[in-house]
Amino acid sequence: MKANDVILQTATKVVFFIIFLFSIHIFFAGHFAPGGGFVGGLLTTAAIVLLLLAFDLKTVQQALPFNFMIVVAIGLLLAIGMGAGSFVFNVPFLTHAFGDFYLPLFGETSLHTAMIFDAGVYLVVVGSTITMIQSIGGES
Amino acid sequence: MINLLLLPIILPFFFAVILLFFKEKIVAQRIITFVSLIISLIASIILMATIKSDGIQTVTLGSWPAPFGITMVSDMLSALLVTTSIVITLFVVWYSFSSIGNERERFYYYPAVLFMLTGVNGAFTTGDIFNMFVFFEVLLMASYVLIVLGGEKKQLRESIKYILVNVISSALFVITIALLYSVIGTVNMADIAVKVAEVGQPGIITVIAILFLLVFGIKGAIFPLYFWLPGSYAAPPMPVLALFGALLTKVGVYAITRTYTLFFIHNTAVTHELLLILSIFTIIAGCIGALAYFDLKHIMIYNIVIAVGVILFGVAQMNDNGMTGAMYYLMHDMIIKGALFLLIGIIIAITGTSNLRKMGGLMKTHAPLGWMYLVAAFGLAGIPPLSGFAGKLLIAKGAFEAGHAWGSIIMLASSLIVLLSVIRIFIYAFWGEPKLDEANQSVSYRNLMTPAVLLVILSVAYGVGTEWLIPYMTDASDVLLNPSMYVDAVLKE
Repeated sequence: MKANDVILQTATKVVFFIIFLFSIHIFFAGHFAPGGGFVGGLLTTAAIVLLLLAFDLKTVQQALPFNFMIVVAIGLLLAIGMGAGSFVFNVPFLTHAFGDFYLPLFGETSLHTAMIFDAGVYLVVVGSTITMIQSIGGES
Repeated sequence: MINLLLLPIILPFFFAVILLFFKEKIVAQRIITFVSLIISLIASIILMATIKSDGIQTVTLGSWPAPFGITMVSDMLSALLVTTSIVITLFVVWYSFSSIGNERERFYYYPAVLFMLTGVNGAFTTGDIFNMFVFFEVLLMASYVLIVLGGEKKQLRESIKYILVNVISSALFVITIALLYSVIGTVNMADIAVKVAEVGQPGIITVIAILFLLVFGIKGAIFPLYFWLPGSYAAPPMPVLALFGALLTKVGVYAITRTYTLFFIHNTAVTHELLLILSIFTIIAGCIGALAYFDLKHIMIYNIVIAVGVILFGVAQMNDNGMTGAMYYLMHDMIIKGALFLLIGIIIAITGTSNLRKMGGLMKTHAPLGWMYLVAAFGLAGIPPLSGFAGKLLIAKGAFEAGHAWGSIIMLASSLIVLLSVIRIFIYAFWGEPKLDEANQSVSYRNLMTPAVLLVILSVAYGVGTEWLIPYMTDASDVLLNPSMYVDAVLKE
């Protein structure tokens, strides 16, 4: 008899988005509350791992058609690019800046360049953990 | 430019990241790696000139005041080491083009080399002990990749040992930093120096000093802690071995030198005496190993151990001549080890074996290689016009001044054994009847020769140009002998 995992797959389709949104929340909360790029990235990975458990590797790769090594590289570029801004302004490396901006949807928002660095960390964590899981789980 | 001293760290890192985007395009990888190393080299030379004219360069990351942010400090010693590392990497990468093989190049070989260079340069430049740990990990992670890349049986076995030893020593490093932080309350190296001087180095600080010697001794392969090195270094392919032999142990040596001249200078009767004794034993152990083997790689690997002993022996004298000599010998050893590993890599490529007994008569077919090897071998042993001479002379002079006559006699005697061990390679491989079979005679080695020969020429120039280099070496050893210069440069604001 063929195993049927319709309940697992249906539940996953809902729960995936809850975990994903929570990971984004944790990521943005990092400056004032526990959280940040590393935990956020790991939570996003956990969401994708749930997809991997409920479906198979091939389906997930079709749903998320990224090369995750490139994601790592983009993350590193974001982090180092944020630091490299200091070369333009001739201040010590990794000097951060912040300011209040008016954004169309969010209104008055305080933005900090540490966010860009954190986004880099987030992408590196997601990219490297998924690469590990994919290369252990699948045959290349 | 305020961030100048960071360029030799950031540029290799940046280009390594760029290389991750197109791992299959080997030609582009080679070109970008080569160009990035040349740019880094130019940056580090400019940095060296700046330090020569304006003194020690510091920058505290993120515009924080000095003991609170991570300070990067570039004095003459670290600038010299950074420049030498980039030069070695440049030639090894050039050599890799025709020796490492497409299969490895397609799997992130060049990014791994550049990441390792990032770690090495960072460890040489940082002014923060925990940041030094992080850069150690950066270079170790990259070296794990390089040692296992290719996945041969031998590489897999030796990489397990290598990783195990380094994970344990890294854990010990963290514990030691934690202990130091709990006693002193800071991780900024200049600030540690100030605080240690304030409390006058009680017993616990001396214990921490010994722990640091243990940690960096495992990384730098000193006497009782070098057991992992011969097996692990013999496993990876030749360019990787050249990189490891020239750079990795020297990071450990640099770290010992820095901590033992900056922090732990108030109870030298214990710490420096121990360093002195261990360095002598390191020399002896290396000599025994260098004579015991009939394998090219192992002979050269034990010569690394000898050199580590000689450099630390110079450092342990804590006087002007000894320190300048150690600095001179450190740079010499990086260059000459790079050159010798590349040359014996060519010998192994031609003969197809690393066993000395199976070689012979290469002089008849490969005369230029023979002469180049002979020059490099004499340079390693320290025959006067060549590069190994001035350093050892100064170390011996310093040791006699400090009253360590026995030690310096052993060190000088070790030169004879070094010479014997490398000349034995020359006699077995180049003299006698040719033993090459037809297939190996036609192996083309011109592409491999160019970087190796250039490196040998560089080492000869280093020996001949001693007179011009001595001011730089004196600058380097001045900062080591007067830690107040370092502290003032970091905490001046």
